[in-house]
Amino acid sequence: MMRYRKGDNERSSLFMRRALVLGGAQAALMSALVGRLYQLQVLETNRFATLAEENRVSLRLLPPPRGLIFDRTGQPLAINRNNFRAMATSDRGRGAEILVDRLDQILNLGDAEKQRLLRDLRRSRNAQPVLVRENLGWEEVARLEFNAPDLPGMFIDLGQTRDYPEGALMSHIIGYTGRVSDEDLNGRDDPLLSLPTMRFGKKGMERALEDDLRGKAGAVQVEVNAVGRVVRELDRTEGQPGVNALLTIDLDLQRLAADRLAEHHSGSVVVLDVVTGDVIVMASTPGFDPNMFARGITQSEWRELLDSPERPLNNKAIQGVYPPGSTYKICTALAALESKAIDPGTVLPCPGYLTLGDIKFHCWLAGGHGGLNVQGAITNSCDCFFYEAARRAGVDKIDEVAAKLGFGKVSELGLPGESPGNQPSRGWKQDKYNIPWQQGDSFNLGIGQGYMTATPLQLAIMTARVANGGYEVQPNLLLAKATPREELAPPPPREKPVAPSLRFNPLFLNIVRQGMTDVVNSGGGTANQLRIDAQGKLIEPQYRFAGKTGTAQVKRITEHERAMGITQASLPWHLRHHALFVCFGPVDNPRYACSVIVEHGMAGGATAGPIGRDVLLETMKRDPSRHTDRFKKMASR
Amino acid sequence: MSVPSLSLSTPAPVSFGEKIWRINWGLILVLTAIAAVGVVALYSAAGGRFDPWAAKHAIRYGVALGLCLVVALINPKVWLALAWPIYVVSMLLLVAVDVIGKIGMGAQRWLVLGPIQIQPSEIAKVAVILVLARYYHGLTRERAEKFLYTLPPLMIIMAPVALVMVQPDLGTAMMVLLGGAALLFVAGVRIWMFLGAAVAAVGCLPFAWSFMHEYQRKRVLTFLDPDRDPLGAGYHITQSKIAIGSGGLFGKGFLKGTQSALNFLPEKQTDFIFTTFVEEWGMIGALVLLALFTLVLLWGFSIALRSQHHFGRLVALGVTSMMFLYVFINTSMVMGLLPVVGVPLPLVSNGGTAMVSVMFACGLLIGVNVHRDAQLPLVR
Repeated sequence: MMRYRKGDNERSSLFMRRALVLGGAQAALMSALVGRLYQLQVLETNRFATLAEENRVSLRLLPPPRGLIFDRTGQPLAINRNNFRAMATSDRGRGAEILVDRLDQILNLGDAEKQRLLRDLRRSRNAQPVLVRENLGWEEVARLEFNAPDLPGMFIDLGQTRDYPEGALMSHIIGYTGRVSDEDLNGRDDPLLSLPTMRFGKKGMERALEDDLRGKAGAVQVEVNAVGRVVRELDRTEGQPGVNALLTIDLDLQRLAADRLAEHHSGSVVVLDVVTGDVIVMASTPGFDPNMFARGITQSEWRELLDSPERPLNNKAIQGVYPPGSTYKICTALAALESKAIDPGTVLPCPGYLTLGDIKFHCWLAGGHGGLNVQGAITNSCDCFFYEAARRAGVDKIDEVAAKLGFGKVSELGLPGESPGNQPSRGWKQDKYNIPWQQGDSFNLGIGQGYMTATPLQLAIMTARVANGGYEVQPNLLLAKATPREELAPPPPREKPVAPSLRFNPLFLNIVRQGMTDVVNSGGGTANQLRIDAQGKLIEPQYRFAGKTGTAQVKRITEHERAMGITQASLPWHLRHHALFVCFGPVDNPRYACSVIVEHGMAGGATAGPIGRDVLLETMKRDPSRHTDRFKKMASR
Repeated sequence: MSVPSLSLSTPAPVSFGEKIWRINWGLILVLTAIAAVGVVALYSAAGGRFDPWAAKHAIRYGVALGLCLVVALINPKVWLALAWPIYVVSMLLLVAVDVIGKIGMGAQRWLVLGPIQIQPSEIAKVAVILVLARYYHGLTRERAEKFLYTLPPLMIIMAPVALVMVQPDLGTAMMVLLGGAALLFVAGVRIWMFLGAAVAAVGCLPFAWSFMHEYQRKRVLTFLDPDRDPLGAGYHITQSKIAIGSGGLFGKGFLKGTQSALNFLPEKQTDFIFTTFVEEWGMIGALVLLALFTLVLLWGFSIALRSQHHFGRLVALGVTSMMFLYVFINTSMVMGLLPVVGVPLPLVSNGGTAMVSVMFACGLLIGVNVHRDAQLPLVR
């Protein structure tokens, strides 16, 4: 036992020394902990308190209701309807992946959607919710709510989505909205645009009026937990609803025009108020259902729209470019008169064709018109007269007058995607083909063929500016706008144009108008069958109108083919001529101008003419520009 | 030397009443105070409810305290005899866990035996202390200083370390390694051997790196540079620091911790319970809690120094070091001083096995005091 005692004393004293060293080391480390506590809780506490507050409080934007769009009589064209959508927030850890997997089990998101959602969740800062899926059906909402305890961070949100009650009828004017793209963000720093549920105008007035329709964001400060679920609301600022808009379109007339166009494959009708420039009708057929875009268009639907030969996505009124054909003779006549190359009495011969070098330029009337002055040439649409008139006026003068009438440039309508058409000139041809302008080019330009193209809107603008006595009216789609719906009302009617004068000689304008009046109302006019209305009655004097037919060549039928008996009607549809008609009325005090194009409709007078007559007659009878009393305020929805 | 040899050869038997008297009731009080902090923190972590953690914690502590007192009254001779059997059984259980874990594909730390789950690594921590204490109890100082006699203890330590690393449980591995090293140090192993081991460890780092799991590497890298991945692995530690820091000197107040209540804290009832508590009670609360643990450590050292037998000294110091490592690793981890390794805060974190193993160890510690003058045979 002594041996144990002795040995133990030895190791006991060593133990004691080393235990004290160990104890000292532990004390030092404990002090380090205290030092760290001091650093975190005293020295840096303000910074961490701020971070804790940022964790806790999330500032969320409240999207305002998008402005509504109505026609001039107050009928709804674009409204909002309830949209149940699943939103999600998540923590920064594994939570996001688990949530996405479970959502996939319930909603069948698919791989691409899962990737998108996971990326959105990871990118989301300050507990901003991201969109899982919208336009949920009742059953999906029920399934999500039922499984909510297993879906931390998911919540159902009642938002709004666009609804277009008129569908295809107004599709090209109203357009549609879609998710905000990077391009849309360009130059806009509205925080609303960062919201995943936000929609941005992509086409039509939805695009043109985007910054008005969107409204101003409200904001709500909420306390959130780690997965972003709102615990309570701390503060709220209301936003400002989007601006509501009244369009110049008269929906009933628009429907009439579209119905008449629907008798043919495709085409367009534009009706303008020649005093104000208001676009009363702008129809383009066929259209598309913009509601497809609101609820999310499928790949096959999209392909079908893109591949259709009738181009339903195209607004033919402003994007379709056609040779104006004989309707352009209005411009040629005015240019020839204004240039003093001819005077109102100048008679030019028409032997049936003119020759230039070894090329024959035919008149549509095989035997020729003999000789006509300018008014008669318009009435009879004599080609030879306008070949020569164009040659005498010269391309430069035609170009100048055409520009005043609105050709070759985009109007001030404001709809995105408008085409300027093509008004050929010396410089243009030199630049494009590196060949100088030829006399033959002038011949072709004189009758609206060759390089010349224009949109139906441009033809309507030309007609309106001739009809209103030479004022530079600009087409306009927006009649009024106001934020509270109650204040939305059309402006008082106007009788005199406020647009600047184009300084045409009134006498010349009168001669052109008279020629156009005779087209419809005199025995020799190319469209004199139109003086009778659809019911077979002679049109009453107060609704009498003037017009000009046109036929735009798509494929030239050669002498050889003509000899083989090939006619327009025997050609395949897509090679037939386009049928055009422009008109204005009433002749005594012009108020409305109209242009019609029926694609591949062959003869202007026969196909496009009756449509123009019926739409213009109905417009004159309704007289929407003067009868603002038809405007009805919609009951609040 | 003045003590008569007679009293040594026939020590006065300690009566049961004397044993009860010798129990460190002050230490029991401190332990109970720590467990009470646990109840308060768990009550708060549950959003002001006794369910699901706080009530169970209190009951568990009561049971574990009973176990602690029973263990304290058992004569160290019994532990001397049971040291190796306990060690061998715990190693077998660790192997079993590893095998089942392999089959179950993934980290596995639990064995399910009927209604109870046991965590063999917790038993291993205590077993290593007992076996090392028994080994050095039978060794003279001269032998203890010899390199050859240091090899068996190294193997005793490295076997469980290797087995828990496989699980993989970096926290327990660190605790067993450092706790074992502390015991070797006080047992008299030469300083140069520690230095040699440290040099060897640094040399082995690249090797160890290649054996680590991806998530472990990520944790180490995140620890070295928390900004590397502030939204991924660094998220937990960042949120914990925000919680502690925003608590400030006096805390946000009981039940007013936003970080824990809004779930920004991960594992707020287990590994991050210190954060939950400190967010609400501030630096004052943290200092009180650390002071309580320091009292436990002081008690441990004093028991170790007063033990008349080497086994008792080593057991007491082993338990004290284990306690220190628990507290230090856990709090350093939640304050961003160490990588996140998954070590609970003893008597405060929610969890049964750790509570039982800590209170068992405390029972051993108090037992050393109760039987401080017991006569123990020299064993090999």
